[in-house]
Amino acid sequence: MKKLSELQIGEKGILSSVEDDFLEQQLLEMGVTPGQVIELERKSPFKDPISILVSNLLLSVRLSDADKIIINIENE
Amino acid sequence: MSSKTMKIALAGNPNSGKSTLFNSLTGLNQQVGNYPGITVDKKTGTCNLSSEIKAEIIDLPGTYSLYPKSLDEKVSQDILCDITNLDYPEVTVIIADSSNLRKSLLLLTQIIDLKMKVVLALNMLDVSRDLGIVIDKDVLSEELGIPVVSINARKHEGLQNLKDIILDVSTPKKTIFSVSTLFPVLIAEGNNIRGKENDYATFLSLCKQKLNNNSAVKIKLEVLSKDEGFNPTRSLATETVRRYKEIDKILAKCIGENIALIKRNFTKRIDDLLLHPVLGYLFFLLVLFFVFQAIFSWSQLPMEWIDNGFSFFSNWVATNLPQGMLNDLIVNGILAGLGGIMIFVPQIAFLFAFIAFLEDTGYMARVSFITDKILRGFGLNGRSIIPLLSGAACAVPAIMSARTISSSKERLITIFVVPLMSCSARLPVYTLIISMMIPETASWGMFNVQGLVMMAFYLLGFIAALLTAFVLKFIINQKEKGYYVMEMPSYKIPDYKTVIYTIIEKVKVFLFDAGKIIIAISIVLWVLSSYAPSGAFDRIEQEYANVENAEVVVPSKKLEVSYAGMIGKSIEPAIKPLGFDWRIGISLITSFAAREVFVGTMSTIYSVGGTDIYSIKQKLKSAKNLETGEVFFTTAVGISLMLFYAFSMQCMSTIAVVYRETKGWKWPLIQLLYMSVLAYMSSFIAYSILS
Repeated sequence: MKKLSELQIGEKGILSSVEDDFLEQQLLEMGVTPGQVIELERKSPFKDPISILVSNLLLSVRLSDADKIIINIENE
Repeated sequence: MSSKTMKIALAGNPNSGKSTLFNSLTGLNQQVGNYPGITVDKKTGTCNLSSEIKAEIIDLPGTYSLYPKSLDEKVSQDILCDITNLDYPEVTVIIADSSNLRKSLLLLTQIIDLKMKVVLALNMLDVSRDLGIVIDKDVLSEELGIPVVSINARKHEGLQNLKDIILDVSTPKKTIFSVSTLFPVLIAEGNNIRGKENDYATFLSLCKQKLNNNSAVKIKLEVLSKDEGFNPTRSLATETVRRYKEIDKILAKCIGENIALIKRNFTKRIDDLLLHPVLGYLFFLLVLFFVFQAIFSWSQLPMEWIDNGFSFFSNWVATNLPQGMLNDLIVNGILAGLGGIMIFVPQIAFLFAFIAFLEDTGYMARVSFITDKILRGFGLNGRSIIPLLSGAACAVPAIMSARTISSSKERLITIFVVPLMSCSARLPVYTLIISMMIPETASWGMFNVQGLVMMAFYLLGFIAALLTAFVLKFIINQKEKGYYVMEMPSYKIPDYKTVIYTIIEKVKVFLFDAGKIIIAISIVLWVLSSYAPSGAFDRIEQEYANVENAEVVVPSKKLEVSYAGMIGKSIEPAIKPLGFDWRIGISLITSFAAREVFVGTMSTIYSVGGTDIYSIKQKLKSAKNLETGEVFFTTAVGISLMLFYAFSMQCMSTIAVVYRETKGWKWPLIQLLYMSVLAYMSSFIAYSILS
């Protein structure tokens, strides 16, 4: 278990849960549902926001939001 | 001849090609109106579905679902979920980006489950096929129980087929996800209370969403959800997850995916450059440079044409129509006002050409990505950077471009602070005063002092804008939660038609919505400076008829006794602490039309007889303080005056456009008050210290 904000660039994980109802709903609507693979693609020059790749979708997420997104890391 | 009109709604995710389809269907038969009471623009248009049937198409704001979280989404939800809504469609067309079908299906299946007539338009199926995504649209149509059409909105392909199917569509037979499996008792009870057998509509009503329920029903539903311990937020989340499970089942049957990496690699490679810590900002600066060039210099030529065209026409009217008050009203009131509106068109066109182009390529989302962190501290976000910096050229298009900011709080803050940026209309005022106070040859090391002072004032505007934004961050409370998870669309070649339609739309909105107010204010200002208490003008004409330079002295004296002059004189006690006298007072009144009018009015009042900076400068330099007889334009007065123009809202077009963009008088008036107080205080402090 890791927070999305703790992922390294290029690291992948599986979405476990989101600890904020509003944020969760927003991610769900964009098709980011539990069980999907999330990859941290890039950090912006000031390390915040970050961009994540979920299925074919590239999303920009603020670090404060990424703190609330819990990721399951495989093969740890 | 069309005899019947059918209401069609166009809905879909952001970046799905919705606007392109709307433009392809309606062409120029479109208009922008208002939804009552909110700031979201309502875009509607018409097209012919067949020789007999006409369609009235409403382009709903991009949305991911029917759960409203932002104002834009609420509009879509209000219309689609409320049969009594005036815009309730007979048929809804959902447009989906074929390369990202999954997330489009959430909204689509919700609409299917509401039992509304709906058609799915798969956009750019050919492109997604090239990327390795194969969609079997017949199976998809079978699984969803609704018609599915393949289109290419940009190339106008498949549109006739889409129209034929719209005419033929029936209510969906399938239910994609039945909410009653989650909440059987609750939904059954809810259906009873609402008196309608529509599970999904009842579910959305229970989630406290406005669904055409009269208040008695609403209260009963609230009681019901309390009794059953129904938690709307959690239930929505559960429902979305379950709905996606159904969607994934459907997609598994009709999509053969080779994991499209081609496009992603392409986008990633460009991102490596454009989001690079150094190169990324350099590229952004280059883009800004072009935006500035466009609004500052490329638009100068068309602006000159407009200006010359209007002066030519005004002269023609002035000499060819019978002389008198009416002639004067047309020339100096209406035509001057119209000219003052038209002059903004080139700047608006250029700025929006750039914005539409950058937005369509996918680059705007990247600008937001690299600037968000810096601006966030000031209550702004990455989307504020273009409006804010464009404000240094002209606040009018800049404020209009704040439309791309999705969070309403941050958009409001951006609109509020943009006019503090030193725009190009302040240049003539700054130039005049600086050249009067500081000798051209003055230098400070290798730098020209005039240039340094000019730069200082630009910086001052920028700092004031940021500080104001920072303070507003704590004052304005957020009605809706912000949307910070944003899609970064794949790069694509922009569609020139989208750019052109955007320009036309923005120019129309400005001319017709803001234009009315500008004309009205312009006429009021004309009345103030062309009328005087009875007999005052005659007296002046007789008194000064035979003096030397009568042709410049008479207008000067006339302005002095006009209503504008009277107001200028009566506010003298108020502006005296700033070092201003009634002559500047009059200029403040007249230059409310636009800041650069200051120069013209000063020229009239001081009987310069020309508007070139050099002769005005000479005349003003020799101006005496009317009480003490000493030189009037001291450094203290100059600085005070420049500060006043830096901060005050001396621009009726800005007020009109803020009114248009915030859909009400509240914000433009607060802004006017704030900027006036800020201008007054800073001038007062500067003058007190320097004099």
